[in-house]
Amino acid sequence: MKPAVEKILDVRDLSIGLKSFRPVQNLSFSVRRGETLALVGESGSGKSLTALALMRLLPEVARIAGGSATFMDRDLASLSEAEMRKVRGSDIGMIFQEPMTSLNPVLTVGRQISEVLRIHEGLDRRLAMARSVELLDLVRIPEPQRRVHEYPHQLSGGMRQRVMIAMAVACSPKLLIADEPTTALDVTIQAQVLELIDNLCRDLSMAVILITHDLGVVGQWADRVVVMYAGRKVEEADPETLFSRPLHPYTRGLLGASPRMAAGISYRDQALVEIPGSIASATMATGCRFAPRCDLAEPSCLAADPDLLEPAAGHRVACPIVVRRGA
Amino acid sequence: MIDEARPDASPAIAPTPPAGAQAADPAADPRSGRQSAWRIFLRNPAGVAGLLILLIMAGLALAAPYVYAEGPLAMGAMPFIWPGEGLAYPLGTDALGRDVAAGVAWGARVTMLVGLSATFFGVSAGVIIGAVAGYFGGRADMMLSKLIEFFQTPPSFVLLMVVVAIAQPSVSSIILAIALVTWPTVARLVRAEFRSLREKDFVLAARSLGFGHARIIFGEILPNALPAIIVTASLLVAQSILMESALSFMSLGDPNLVTWGSMIGSGREHLFTAWFLSAVPGVAIVLTVLSLNLIGDGLNDALNPRSE
Repeated sequence: MKPAVEKILDVRDLSIGLKSFRPVQNLSFSVRRGETLALVGESGSGKSLTALALMRLLPEVARIAGGSATFMDRDLASLSEAEMRKVRGSDIGMIFQEPMTSLNPVLTVGRQISEVLRIHEGLDRRLAMARSVELLDLVRIPEPQRRVHEYPHQLSGGMRQRVMIAMAVACSPKLLIADEPTTALDVTIQAQVLELIDNLCRDLSMAVILITHDLGVVGQWADRVVVMYAGRKVEEADPETLFSRPLHPYTRGLLGASPRMAAGISYRDQALVEIPGSIASATMATGCRFAPRCDLAEPSCLAADPDLLEPAAGHRVACPIVVRRGA
Repeated sequence: MIDEARPDASPAIAPTPPAGAQAADPAADPRSGRQSAWRIFLRNPAGVAGLLILLIMAGLALAAPYVYAEGPLAMGAMPFIWPGEGLAYPLGTDALGRDVAAGVAWGARVTMLVGLSATFFGVSAGVIIGAVAGYFGGRADMMLSKLIEFFQTPPSFVLLMVVVAIAQPSVSSIILAIALVTWPTVARLVRAEFRSLREKDFVLAARSLGFGHARIIFGEILPNALPAIIVTASLLVAQSILMESALSFMSLGDPNLVTWGSMIGSGREHLFTAWFLSAVPGVAIVLTVLSLNLIGDGLNDALNPRSE
């Protein structure tokens, strides 16, 4: 076993500061070569900020306040801006939530893909254009020869997201960060786009960090899941374990609040269980941030940050109470 | 799913077959880039009229050395021939027997040269300064905004006169002086455009692909700001022509050249006996400036998606 070689990204105790507030605190996770890791959490749980921090594209008001993110033996948090620029688009690709606005409206699709190839691989205009056609073909856009000369407004949302994917994988990155890549798309297109990402990840032996709030997506496409709550990791497991034996009260609450067709539970059969309160209650400096909404909470939960425990191999949870109870 | 409202969550209510959803809409939007903007412009009669007038003026300027080879200062005829009096001098002659038509044609050369070059320099400086201020924001923006305000504080024509008077009037000093007083207009416009455009998703996407700042400014954002810049530039050409004419009128132009402004200025002495000496070059200025304004309006309609 050689875990040090296998991990292409190792995030250790990453904290993000936003004025005096810490929207992400002491977050640790790692991504192995070719693996799809899902970061799951509700709005405001810090998953998009984590992605932007890895790309070093945080908005000006936010900054990396601590920790490290080791990507292929280099700490992304301490690279210079010029070095980071070489990493972006070349070693790490990223796709965004809004395909409608993430493409430049006044440049043709081919021009936009070519630009990436010309920067990172030094291709000349003609070669880059030819390669762009191949990339459009790779992301299964019909008639790539014609589409390459079109403007974004001539493409549908699903096709625009495919173009974004083509740009992100143009230089065969080792890691693709997909920040809610399908939230803005129709359900039918969602499945196609996720399948495309999954195929590309296998063909290009690329690891994927899939950021989502959709548990259905997680179950189908992820190899491993990190559940985030208020900027912290509360549970990590493979999807089968997570869905069959969720440990953290928050994860249990989430699963209880989702209709699960596979298990024969629909919203028609019984009322979905809600999690009381809201994420806005997670403002305290120490202690488990889910404690104010948790029915298992004890006074000790608020006294100190819960340690990350590993009750079963590969299954980590930040709740000493469920582990103690042996649930 | 966790919390965000997703009305499309049930596959049962999305009957669209995947292939259909993907292949739809190539013909949905007939506008494809610059070609169609040109077509919209040609549909605007005022804009086309402006373009025609400007082409005639440009043709006049280009033809001057061939048609009036002796130059605008040649004295070859009786003074004060009125327009239409003789076929050889369709626009008449001035107090020294110089052909007014030759003056208008040669004056068009200076006017066009000054208008276009001054606009070129003014727009270039304005774009670079406005882009840097708007894109980077923060301290760079603060300092450059102060610089823009500094140049906008004095009345622009007064500043222009002072600069030309100090630098000795010549075509090149007039061009640079006009550029010096017009760049702040462009810089403010470009700064405002960049401030809003830099927040767009496609800029973040470009950064996530490893694009450098210069490439994002000139390759990604500037093409989006171009329509506004082009429209402003067409109006700036008209403004520069007016400024040059006003300078020449006040004898602050290049003394070796005949320009429309200087013709009006020298015709002023004979305003009661031969008013056409001021009126003819005046009409030339009005037509040229009007044509540029019509073109500017036409371009605004054609390039600005919001005006549709």
